[in-house]
Amino acid sequence: MAEIRNYTMNFGPQHPAAHGVLRLVLELNGEVVQRADPHIGLLHRATEKLAESKPFNQSIGYMDRLDYVSMMCNEHAYVMTIEKLLGITVPVRAQYIRVMFDEITRILNHLMWIGAHGLDIGAMTIFLYAFREREDLMDVYEAVSGARMHATYYRPGGVYRDLPELMPQYQASKWHTQAEVNKLNENRQGSLLDFLDDFTQRFDTYVDEYETLLTENRIWKQRTVDIGIITPERAIALGFTGPMLRGSGVEWDLRKKQPYEVYDKMDFDIPVGVNGDCYDRYLVRMEEMRQSNRIIKQCIRWLRDNPGSVMLEDHKLTPPSREHMKEDMESLIHHFKLFTEGYSVPEGQAYAAVEHPKGEFGTYIISEGANKPYRLKIRAPGFVHLSALHEMVEGHMLADVVAVIGTQDIVFGEVDR
Amino acid sequence: MLDLLYSLTSFLPESLQTIIIILVKIAVLLIPLLLGVAYLTYAERKIIGYMQVRIGPNRVGPRGWLQPIADAVKLMFKEIVIPNFANKFLFLLAPVLSIGTALAAWAVVPFNAELVLADVNAGLLYILAMTSVGVYGVIIAGWASNSKYAMLSALRASAQIVSYEIAMGFALVGVLMASRSLNLGDIVIGQSGGIYHWYLLPLFPLFVVYFISGVAETNRAPFDVAEGESEIVAGFHVEYSGMAFSIFFLAEYANMILISMLASLMFLGGWLSPFEGIEIIQNSSLAFIGTASIGWLLAKAAFLLLLFLWFRATFPRYRYDQIMRLGWKVFIPITIVWIFVIGLMYYWQIGPWFTH
Repeated sequence: MAEIRNYTMNFGPQHPAAHGVLRLVLELNGEVVQRADPHIGLLHRATEKLAESKPFNQSIGYMDRLDYVSMMCNEHAYVMTIEKLLGITVPVRAQYIRVMFDEITRILNHLMWIGAHGLDIGAMTIFLYAFREREDLMDVYEAVSGARMHATYYRPGGVYRDLPELMPQYQASKWHTQAEVNKLNENRQGSLLDFLDDFTQRFDTYVDEYETLLTENRIWKQRTVDIGIITPERAIALGFTGPMLRGSGVEWDLRKKQPYEVYDKMDFDIPVGVNGDCYDRYLVRMEEMRQSNRIIKQCIRWLRDNPGSVMLEDHKLTPPSREHMKEDMESLIHHFKLFTEGYSVPEGQAYAAVEHPKGEFGTYIISEGANKPYRLKIRAPGFVHLSALHEMVEGHMLADVVAVIGTQDIVFGEVDR
Repeated sequence: MLDLLYSLTSFLPESLQTIIIILVKIAVLLIPLLLGVAYLTYAERKIIGYMQVRIGPNRVGPRGWLQPIADAVKLMFKEIVIPNFANKFLFLLAPVLSIGTALAAWAVVPFNAELVLADVNAGLLYILAMTSVGVYGVIIAGWASNSKYAMLSALRASAQIVSYEIAMGFALVGVLMASRSLNLGDIVIGQSGGIYHWYLLPLFPLFVVYFISGVAETNRAPFDVAEGESEIVAGFHVEYSGMAFSIFFLAEYANMILISMLASLMFLGGWLSPFEGIEIIQNSSLAFIGTASIGWLLAKAAFLLLLFLWFRATFPRYRYDQIMRLGWKVFIPITIVWIFVIGLMYYWQIGPWFTH
């Protein structure tokens, strides 16, 4: 009699549900997963090593490219670590802007997640709905930084520039008449804050729309309830953070537990799950979007009433204004030194972490007093979550692997770094 | 029409004449059908596009109307890649089997009281047989591709279709009991006499089961586990390219239209008008909407096709074991119970449907 063997299957790296370049070696007994072995490294770009050979500021752009769906949160952790080493505090207005953009980023990330997760489970429409809202937030990114994704907006000492007074508008073209463009520009007449304000008014109904498609849908429930259960104890032991941990019922959120920037002044709730399955994590993330919306509203209110500086005035660390450079020799020297050599950071080591949309994202820097880090270590939440993949899918079916990858919200930029 | 054809070909020997006339009939049926399939893909992309707040194809031709033609031309010029160590014969046989049966089933579908290619008395059985054989196309394609994804898909498809064939067959037993005929034309005629005479009312659970089984049989969302894109990439046709792939595609859409047609014939009164027998309409200038016509059949089928597309835009995909559970534990018991109920209705001669 022939020997009965498990069916070994390569899931990825080229696979519609691999979320990038996950290569998953699956051992299947029929359709039941016996072993899931994730292979990583296909998107390795040596970010940590590259950072060792560049002045501190020049690595901010690399941080955007780690988790490329929550760009500014990555920057935030890196910039915060440098600030910790330098021992500086950024102006309050910059802190509010950072908090606001962290939450915009969280919504951006969760919209991407709900779209991809839905698509993995076969719900197509949610993907396009989510991208409709992402478009508005991407425009906000573009308005402040000039780039729709890789913003490099946060700098040690504040943010690159203040929020624009005018929201960029659409222009008529061969494809869009003036009438169409006027309609698109309706909510872009005022400042960026007006545009965002309009978005926050609309956003809760959008989340309701997603929920009508999925939350009570029987098929969605059958596909996510009791899939990939992680008990609170295991979740802590495995090092889970973010919605993955909160989905299991552990109330842990860095924004509450060790508030950074102005999170302690914000009024928001931390949703937690009960069962630790895919459905609970889905609910947690949906609620997080609503809470982020709340935080953005509070930030908008404060930012409207409190104009001020958004960058530290210490020109050893932050660039002087262009006008000063034209007439002031010292400013010109500052500018030259800053953009060639950078600044030196006192000897020491520091770790700073933010509550990234996916979990705790932290950077650890060892400085030898030079203008470059001696060593940069990135703590990416996705890596930890992915390493628990086997535990989460063992005994489930092939289709559930896809659901679990979706619920982990894996992005290979940060896993492979 | 037919007389004209006979007179035109009268110089030929009789056997040749028959063959030519059969071929002409087939062409007359298939050309509109294939055009219908082509424009169903366009309709699908447009309708789902609007459901998903986007526009859909609008580049090729005015409003994108030539998009299906462009797709067909593109696919025809593509290379058919045969994978290494694949069974070449079976690999190429599978699409033929799929499309062959999908088109052959149309032979017995009546479009109105006279217009039918083959007025077979066992029409219903013939259709069941044809659609069942079509599944072999999927299974053979999955096996012959020498790919693990395709293999899994073939296993899923065979299990799924075996279970849904049963539910579907039982649903048809109900129709058979109500109409006492296997001839599709007779089934429609048995429903004449107004909207209350349609089998939709007494057989409503069977209609639902039949239509959902039809969605499952044609591998459409939310039952598209056999080609579940995010799980097994494209399933059984993952290794197919060019025309071989597009033939599977054609077969799938031809089957969708077939299922919608059959559902309208068997449960929605086929070409009969829902306003039949309403005097106010018959005496007014709107009398034409009260008369039976092929337009009603096409309208009913188009509505059911819209449901196919609507499902696809709305629902997530079932998991394979959940589909099996739904088939065996829900649909088959429902049909069996309802067949018993029909027996009782038949015995007590209930309503306009079971009086004879």
